[in-house]
Amino acid sequence: MIKYAIQRTLYMILVFSIITFMCFILIRMLPLPPVPPGDIHAEVIAMRREALGYNKPYLEQFWIFLRGLFTRFDWGLSEQLYTGRPVLELFLEKLPATMIVNLYSILWTIPVGIALGIWAALKKNTWVDYTISTLTMVVISVPSFVYAFLIQYIFCFKLRIFPFVMDGGSDYFSWHMFKSMVPAILALSFGVIAGFCRTTRAELTEVLTSEFMLLARTKGLTKTQATVRHALRNCFVVIVPGIFGEFIGILGGSLIIERIFSIPGVGGLTLNAINSLDYNIFILSTCFYTAIGLAAGLVVDISYGFIDPRIRMGSKK
Amino acid sequence: MDNKKTSLDAGYERIPAEKFRFVQENEELRDKELQTKSRSFFADAMIRFGKNKSSVIATWILAALMLFAIIAPIVSPFDIRHNDPIYINYPPYYRAIADLNIGILDGAHSMSGQTDNSLTALRGIAVETGFDPLLKITGTHVSESINKGQVVQRTTYDVEVNAYYQKGIIYRTFSYDEFRKVQEWQNETGIQVIYPYVESKDISGISDNANLWYQVNNKGVAVLDDDGNFIPAYSKNQEKAGAEYNSLRIPGDDGSYIYSYAMSGSVQCRVAYYNYYRYLNGMEPNYIMGTNALGQDIFCGIGVGARFSILFAILVSAINLTIGAIYGSIQGYYGGWVDMTLDRISDILSGVPFVVVTTLFQLHLAKKVGVVGSFLFAFVLTGWIGMAALTRRQFYRFKGQEFILAARTLGASDRRLMFKHIFPNGIGSIITSCALTIPGVIGSETSMTYLGIVNLSSFAGTTIGTLLSQGNSVVTSAPHAILYPSIFLGLLMICFNLFGNGLRDAFNPTTRGVDD
Repeated sequence: MIKYAIQRTLYMILVFSIITFMCFILIRMLPLPPVPPGDIHAEVIAMRREALGYNKPYLEQFWIFLRGLFTRFDWGLSEQLYTGRPVLELFLEKLPATMIVNLYSILWTIPVGIALGIWAALKKNTWVDYTISTLTMVVISVPSFVYAFLIQYIFCFKLRIFPFVMDGGSDYFSWHMFKSMVPAILALSFGVIAGFCRTTRAELTEVLTSEFMLLARTKGLTKTQATVRHALRNCFVVIVPGIFGEFIGILGGSLIIERIFSIPGVGGLTLNAINSLDYNIFILSTCFYTAIGLAAGLVVDISYGFIDPRIRMGSKK
Repeated sequence: MDNKKTSLDAGYERIPAEKFRFVQENEELRDKELQTKSRSFFADAMIRFGKNKSSVIATWILAALMLFAIIAPIVSPFDIRHNDPIYINYPPYYRAIADLNIGILDGAHSMSGQTDNSLTALRGIAVETGFDPLLKITGTHVSESINKGQVVQRTTYDVEVNAYYQKGIIYRTFSYDEFRKVQEWQNETGIQVIYPYVESKDISGISDNANLWYQVNNKGVAVLDDDGNFIPAYSKNQEKAGAEYNSLRIPGDDGSYIYSYAMSGSVQCRVAYYNYYRYLNGMEPNYIMGTNALGQDIFCGIGVGARFSILFAILVSAINLTIGAIYGSIQGYYGGWVDMTLDRISDILSGVPFVVVTTLFQLHLAKKVGVVGSFLFAFVLTGWIGMAALTRRQFYRFKGQEFILAARTLGASDRRLMFKHIFPNGIGSIITSCALTIPGVIGSETSMTYLGIVNLSSFAGTTIGTLLSQGNSVVTSAPHAILYPSIFLGLLMICFNLFGNGLRDAFNPTTRGVDD
């Protein structure tokens, strides 16, 4: 098992390096945004670009980039958005806002989603099941900005319970700050609830009809005992990796929700970097989102293996 | 038991021999021709699909939405390139229905905290132009405050006003030629566009509010006569008149009012914008879903955006389906190192976040192949991976089976085995996955245009994502601007998904109700 985990991790690192390399070169191939004429930093910028090897072959540029990365963990300086500030520092400054909003959201949505899924599965083919399944389907289909709009319109505008956008400060644990985050948390929650509800329902209905459940009942367990001890455990084989994946995913957040509710997070930074062609921030964002995506997949795969030793995702068939 | 048998045997023996006859004596024995019609795989699936009520309803709604997308830009009197500079984010309005006064399509816009003076100002617009902006007073609040030792009662109202009428009169500068044309139009139609000029010296020096035509104090509040009527402040200063005016005059004008004000080489006029709009466009501003931040008709915009989204999604799905099917077939059929190499490639491609792909393609290719082309490439670059994985699974399932061995023994080539023998077996899941890919593509496309990473406005006119993003910034003042695109998109996505689920259940009856 350990060997499998190490193999998978090494493979992920390889994939990550290749993606980084490709994106790095593609980004460096873009024409540089011109330095505004008369900018007092013009000379400094030119010197810095020279030092980064902008006039050298791409492989050499990548080597310079890697050297900076491994010796000083230097991701470069922001050129357009926040002139002269280290990109990494900016990024770490924005990360907590993204994380905290997503963390709040999944902390309550995962239990709720699983509970709804269990309820629907136990009441299969009754109105409870139909209602939950229909709602799940609707929520999964409708894009998040539609309910973000509804939440903004109803809770922030008509009822005036919450402010429109998230506060800018950094006291993430104050009550006032929390209140300003609620709309964003709600908007993020629907999708997660629906996702977990659907997976749980599908898994549990399948498990409930399997033969070992019949055996459990035959040997004298009550329905509750059988469900809790046998059915739920088995269906958690699928759900728990999903939870792990979701926890990795909180780092990434949602670009759309961050934009609608003005969350001062990494999503906003990435979008601004794209619009103002701040390539150093963009490289870091690219690596960051790639790493998160790959890590989430990796964690899901490995945890499958640990939870249920019969499963080896991605290994030889 | 024995007894029973003997009694049966006995009965059987008692049948007289002449009652027996041959089934066929001098005839050939043949199979009966099939009485029932044979049902193809697709017909079978369609029958199952028809039994799924929610999917059938979704299909009908989907058809209606598609029809809307096709028809809306045709029936809308407005072109998507028609931007009105004044009617921006204006609520839904249709003249004929607004006149019925039943509370819909009346251009209603709520305002709170209006004082008596602002109501008087609204009445001023109504008296002059004949269009009464005030629809109804929805609430009255009385507050008391103490000012200089005296209790002052202050009444404020929550009102609903017709935003189109509320605009009232604006200042416009015309060339002489255009001024003449407007007059001609007035004479033809009998609709008053140009109203008598008011010099700012007559209205306490206020020069930025064209709606004042009556005497006001220096705060811009109307000074009424004893009967509560407005006292006109129209200019009779013929020396200031900009150009000759031989057209409609307002009631109460004895011919002495001036209708234009001389500027250098042009004239300034007070025009009633609603009527001026009719002069400019030859129709009334019947925006049945209102206008957006660019002054475009939202009804038309949704249609135009949806046309693009749906066509684009179908195109993307078709391309991804083809690439994915071929890639997955090769992977699944050959297996071994081919499979592994190709798998690594798709692993790497699928690891790149979609935002990054889209951005890079936009930055690199937009100038060469256009915005849409580069957006399409971005979708194609990673979109086929799911399809390839699906096809690969199907191939692993079928390639070891006996009928393949039989075909191979009979000398079928690799290509024939792949596409004639194995591939058709997976066609059900492939169709299903295609039906579920389309809403996915629409969703991503909308997100990207919403975020502004891709701007398709110059190509497609507008897109749903662009409409939503424009509406989102004015969600409080003009909720209609985001409401209608949201409803449309929400319905479209739900129906596509229901339709796709229905297809999946129809093609794979064994997996009914299981979501994968």
